[in-house]
Amino acid sequence: MSILIAVITLALIAGIFGIILGYASIKFHVEGDPVVDKIDALLPQTQCGQCTYAGCRPYAEAIANGEAEINQCPPGGETTILALADLLGVEAKPLNDEHGEEKAIATVAIIDEQVCIGCTLCIQACPVDAILGAAKQMHTVIEDECTGCELCVPPCPVDCIDMVPLKETLETWKWPLPDDAHTAPRT
Amino acid sequence: MTEHSNQLSNFHGGLKLSGHKTMSITSPISQAKIPAKVIIPLHQHIGDSGELLVKTGDKVLKGQPLTQPTSYVSAPVHASTSGTITEITEHKIPHPSGLSAACVVIETDGKDEWIELTPVKNYQQLDATDLRNIIRHAGIVGLGGAAFPTAVKLNPGPTHTIETVIFNGAECEPYITCDDMLMRERADEIISGIQISLHVLNSDNGIIAIESNKPEAIGALKQAIKKNNTTNIKVISIPALYPTGGEKQLIKVITGKEVPSNGLPADIGAVVQNVGTMAAIHQAIHFGKPLISRIVTITGKGVKKPQNLDTLIGTPMSELISQCGGYKENADHLVMGGPMMGFTLTTDQLPIIKGCNCLLVESSDDQQTQRRVMPCIRCGECARVCPATLLPQQLYWYASSKNFDKVQDYHLFDCIECGCCAYVCPSQIPLVQYYRFAKTEIWNLERDRQKSDHARIRHDFRQTRLEKEKQEREERLRKKKEMLAKKKQENPETADKDPKQAAIEAALARVKEKKEQAGINPKNVENLTEAQQKLIEEADSRRQQSKVE
Ligand code: SF4
Ligand code: SF4
Ligand code: SF4
Repeated sequence: MSILIAVITLALIAGIFGIILGYASIKFHVEGDPVVDKIDALLPQTQCGQCTYAGCRPYAEAIANGEAEINQCPPGGETTILALADLLGVEAKPLNDEHGEEKAIATVAIIDEQVCIGCTLCIQACPVDAILGAAKQMHTVIEDECTGCELCVPPCPVDCIDMVPLKETLETWKWPLPDDAHTAPRT
Repeated sequence: MTEHSNQLSNFHGGLKLSGHKTMSITSPISQAKIPAKVIIPLHQHIGDSGELLVKTGDKVLKGQPLTQPTSYVSAPVHASTSGTITEITEHKIPHPSGLSAACVVIETDGKDEWIELTPVKNYQQLDATDLRNIIRHAGIVGLGGAAFPTAVKLNPGPTHTIETVIFNGAECEPYITCDDMLMRERADEIISGIQISLHVLNSDNGIIAIESNKPEAIGALKQAIKKNNTTNIKVISIPALYPTGGEKQLIKVITGKEVPSNGLPADIGAVVQNVGTMAAIHQAIHFGKPLISRIVTITGKGVKKPQNLDTLIGTPMSELISQCGGYKENADHLVMGGPMMGFTLTTDQLPIIKGCNCLLVESSDDQQTQRRVMPCIRCGECARVCPATLLPQQLYWYASSKNFDKVQDYHLFDCIECGCCAYVCPSQIPLVQYYRFAKTEIWNLERDRQKSDHARIRHDFRQTRLEKEKQEREERLRKKKEMLAKKKQENPETADKDPKQAAIEAALARVKEKKEQAGINPKNVENLTEAQQKLIEEADSRRQQSKVE
């Protein structure tokens, strides 16, 4: 008899809690953080389109919709893939080399000012307005704004834009990983 | 004025190291010779480098500013002797990267002629801001090695009340003796600088902390205090335990309080200043002299006559070594700083900078029998000695596997890179190198993130701009069309024509009219043959006729 009472009581309690929880989940429903923003925040914003989308944000949208893989961004490379895998709770995979290779050293565009004819075609190509110039005037790249996307290189009719490695400075220099790293356990 | 060693606390861990200090204190501080040229890096401290004030070919006097500070955390550099600027160029500087940076090269004239100096007569009458400004313009930075602009450190801000001001004469790292010698020989200057600092910080009392293995320095400072009838400064002898001279460790020893993780000493009402910096403040206020020299310990088993040299900033290291009798046969490599926290240099053709307290020439017998790195055996020795109470073994794991989130969860940035953990590690793992690697890697990631945020904003802005331009274009086109439609209604004939075509025709008509009004200005009419002349005359007569008609 007492067992029966206990079972019924427990069942009742469980039922009441179930109702409360069900109600709470409707009443206190929060809009999930827009996942596109979170993905976009992890992309390098080079805006190069190597992922086959029109820029970083469209790629972020495609990932969120499940249309694109997380390993299509060469400028972001391994770091971005790991971060995306972590965010989305999926398995990391190596960069898909159909989209390009990760650059070992960051580069920026430089315009040969002797050759530039002032056609403005590169200005129209630059996704971050990093090129300064006007029709028939010499153009120049603002180094600090350049993301190194290389989009300005093909449109130039006189082939005067080069991608050069960014110079290492005291601020950007990094201590190397000691070369006995193999003794460290991998996590 | 009395010692309170009985009230001192201990910090966690630490090491008893053999000092190797006696070799460089056998002779008093000597003056380093003025070199043929001084090389002065524009950026020698944490913060922004200033704006250049000089150009190649300029004659400069000793103490003349070469840069002016451009922001709050910025310190200028000065000509350390008189001469002519021969070059402003990239030159190798003492930095673990071995990279070059912008330097002013001065060919010295040997006269060592000072610029006109303006000492402060009565500093008590100046307020803290003015004094900090003088200190900033004198280019004074922390001389203990970190080279943080002193004027910033002397401004804890209105939200902090400073109860404990500690003057750091611990000098706990082996081999280095520059502060020891300074305290012995220039105790008065230190006391004077301390009084100025206390005035700036609006604090009544100061404590000078010195390791107990420097009785002469303790004695000299006590005597200076007595001589000046000073009552607000006391000297405390602290146990010699590496790294007791670390800022947070010293605060723990003196006050018993812990500086919070990621916090500043000011958060618990403390400020720590190096004693050498105090002597520099004395020079700046009482004599108007900027920081253009410092005492450097040249020592180690690989140099012939170890000693302390009062050195002009910018003096090539090679000159100091030769003034110390040169290298010994067994000299192996050069270290800037001490054996625990210093870094190896690849050349001695580098200038002395403000933060350079010691040049250590290690000999081949200093090298422990070939470093054989073995896997970590999880003995926990490293955690036992870590003065920052970290878990170095965990830090090592996460740093080496590039797990930069986890390594920060284990407080990587509280690591002071003292090297205690690597020193005791039975597997001889170069632990600190892993922490340095991880720190610079994380800073770079952060910089990349800021850069990409910036690019995102610029890209969005461009998209909006393009969109707006497109709309405006469409709007214009629409208006034009409307107008054309209206015109067509009013005047169906002319409006039928393509507007472009109409415009061209109108322009041609205008040109024709103008030509006719102005008459003709013939060109290329010199040296004509008779036949040509005739043709022109015919044409002219035709034109006349058509006009008449
Ligand atoms: S300048 Fe060229 S490489 Fe640099 S961001 Fe613009 S388009 Fe890309
Ligand atoms: S001292 Fe060395 S071997 Fe021992 S736990 Fe620490 S890292 Fe591992
Ligand atoms: S180097 Fe860092 S981790 Fe190692 S003992 Fe010193 S503070 Fe601790």
